[in-house]
Amino acid sequence: MSGSETTHPDRRDFLFIASGAFGAVATGAMAIPLIDQMNASRDTLAVAQIRVDVSQIPDGQQVTVEWRGKPVFIRHRSARDIEEAREVDWERLRDPQPDEARINPEHPELLVMVGVCTHLGCVPLADQGDYNGWFCPCHGSHYDTAGRIRKGPAPENLAVPEWVFVDGSDDAVIEIG
Amino acid sequence: MAHESTYQPQAGIEKWMDDRLPVMRLVHDSFVDFPTPKNLNYWYTFGGILTFCLVAQIATGITLAMHYVANDTMAFASVEHIMRDVNFGWLIRYSHAVGASMFFLAVYLHMFRGMYYGSYKAPREVLWILGCIIFLLMMATGFMGYVLPWGQMSFWGATVITSLFGAIPIIGDPIQQWMLGGFAVGNPALNRFFSLHYLLPFVIFGMVVLHVWALHVPGNNNPTGIDAKGPQDTVPFHPYYTVKDAFGLVIFMLIFAGFVFFAPNALGHPDNYIPANNLVTPAHIVPEWYLLPFYAILRSITFDFGIPFTDIIFIKAKFLGVIAMFASIGVLFVLPWLDTSKVRSMRYRPIMRFFFLIIFLPACVGLGWVGAETPAKVLYQQGEFTYYADYFEGEELTTLTYDTAEERDHAVESLVAVGTEVEIRDGTPFQFQMVHLGLILTIVYFAYFIIIMPLVGIIETPRPMPASIAESVLPRSSASAAAAE
Repeated sequence: MSGSETTHPDRRDFLFIASGAFGAVATGAMAIPLIDQMNASRDTLAVAQIRVDVSQIPDGQQVTVEWRGKPVFIRHRSARDIEEAREVDWERLRDPQPDEARINPEHPELLVMVGVCTHLGCVPLADQGDYNGWFCPCHGSHYDTAGRIRKGPAPENLAVPEWVFVDGSDDAVIEIG
Repeated sequence: MAHESTYQPQAGIEKWMDDRLPVMRLVHDSFVDFPTPKNLNYWYTFGGILTFCLVAQIATGITLAMHYVANDTMAFASVEHIMRDVNFGWLIRYSHAVGASMFFLAVYLHMFRGMYYGSYKAPREVLWILGCIIFLLMMATGFMGYVLPWGQMSFWGATVITSLFGAIPIIGDPIQQWMLGGFAVGNPALNRFFSLHYLLPFVIFGMVVLHVWALHVPGNNNPTGIDAKGPQDTVPFHPYYTVKDAFGLVIFMLIFAGFVFFAPNALGHPDNYIPANNLVTPAHIVPEWYLLPFYAILRSITFDFGIPFTDIIFIKAKFLGVIAMFASIGVLFVLPWLDTSKVRSMRYRPIMRFFFLIIFLPACVGLGWVGAETPAKVLYQQGEFTYYADYFEGEELTTLTYDTAEERDHAVESLVAVGTEVEIRDGTPFQFQMVHLGLILTIVYFAYFIIIMPLVGIIETPRPMPASIAESVLPRSSASAAAAE
């Protein structure tokens, strides 16, 4: 290369830049599979929906089912639970949401939530805390009878997953996911 | 102290090798005839101790990996298999588990030593930063290693720590799912944690090589913080410091062995002997002791960052806590530029010495204590909880006072039953809780670095310093005699 300066790019420059660019793109392209392999695999994604019979849950009790590796609380709320949830001036809450937005209006007794504290992912305990709802033992978040955050470090209400009554089940079986 | 090589190859084979790969020359010049300040105390033996810890962890870790199974249905059982069936499995596993704690104990003393004697200051900034990177890698490795036994604390510790990344706005959830390989901690996470837990110690090893290289360019700092000015200030590394390091190491190993043989689980948590269960959270999730101060900082932030008295929030409490936790480690990286004093050693810095020993060190220990306790634990309470019920008896307002809500509610029910209108209210006492102490100590921790350190360096008058390392270690009369020679 010594002293062979040219004003116009020659064939050698083209080959140099083209092979360099090709190498960079190839390296970048190879990074995609190496990174994407860490995302959820297809068998993990395949079991993303479950069906649960909710007709047998006694009044005031809850069952916990597993969905996508996480617990889901299905609670048959008592009349008092619903009353307490609706008495609240919800617009002043940390994550403002009326009770009606968290349930199926035809079945206000049925509350379905992902049982994962929105703070750092622990499982809150039922029938505990200052609001008769859930209490997270890890860092002290209190949720009310609608699963809304009322006190403690958690930023959001317990998540409500998408769920529907399965057709023809006479409102006994729900599908989550 | 980059110095002239003094290696003299003796036998023919040494000369032959020296012309081809001068590895013996490198060892000789780095660890045999390396000029080292003659006044190093026992706080300077932790470099050697840490090297031992790394080698011990790699040796026990590789042998454990020959028996461990990284699968969510078998991991817990395979660890029990190691404990019960594998020859000396109990010894290797306890050495590895205790070894992690001893590694962190040594690294914390090593870091405090560096901070006290100003070992991070010019020309040792890169040496210090490499050390900080090693510390970060150690925390990542230690955390992932604690997940592998797949007990309750493993599982829930992993859940809490990985959900930190979920706190990042917008991209948090995809990042968390990418890290876990699913919607929650499970087999994919366990597998990749094992892979990385095996990899990272070798990355640490590489960083240690760079760390030692960066040490050998300017040479060791020393308790006076004064540069070595010539041969009168130094002694060869071997035998002086090989023997001193070996003695320190033996004392360290006595403590190590004490834990392994007499209290192997003292630094662990009993919940980790319960197999992982994704539907039940332990009552009290705590990380290993060496991560507690950072965990305390994370939990102490319970408020949003925004404009006061409005609903405008820039950073939510959860993410703010995550930022504070990472910043508490990040601030160490810029330490060389936060310290404005030209004097290295705190021996000659009375004000800084006070802040370091009396304020900073207790704050670090205090944060560790806060991290181990429940945030709502009440440390001090002024007054009592009282529960009131107000109602009108005719025209007169009557107030009933109770100690518990149950008693009050019981009384209210009987009043309501006879048609009385009752109003209830609660009296809450002032409480100073663990989380408040954590917030105060967090503020102290950051203030030490970003307020006290730059300010004290400017206003402080250092004590008179000795003229040389030789003068500092010799009695006054013989020092002046040595100077006269």
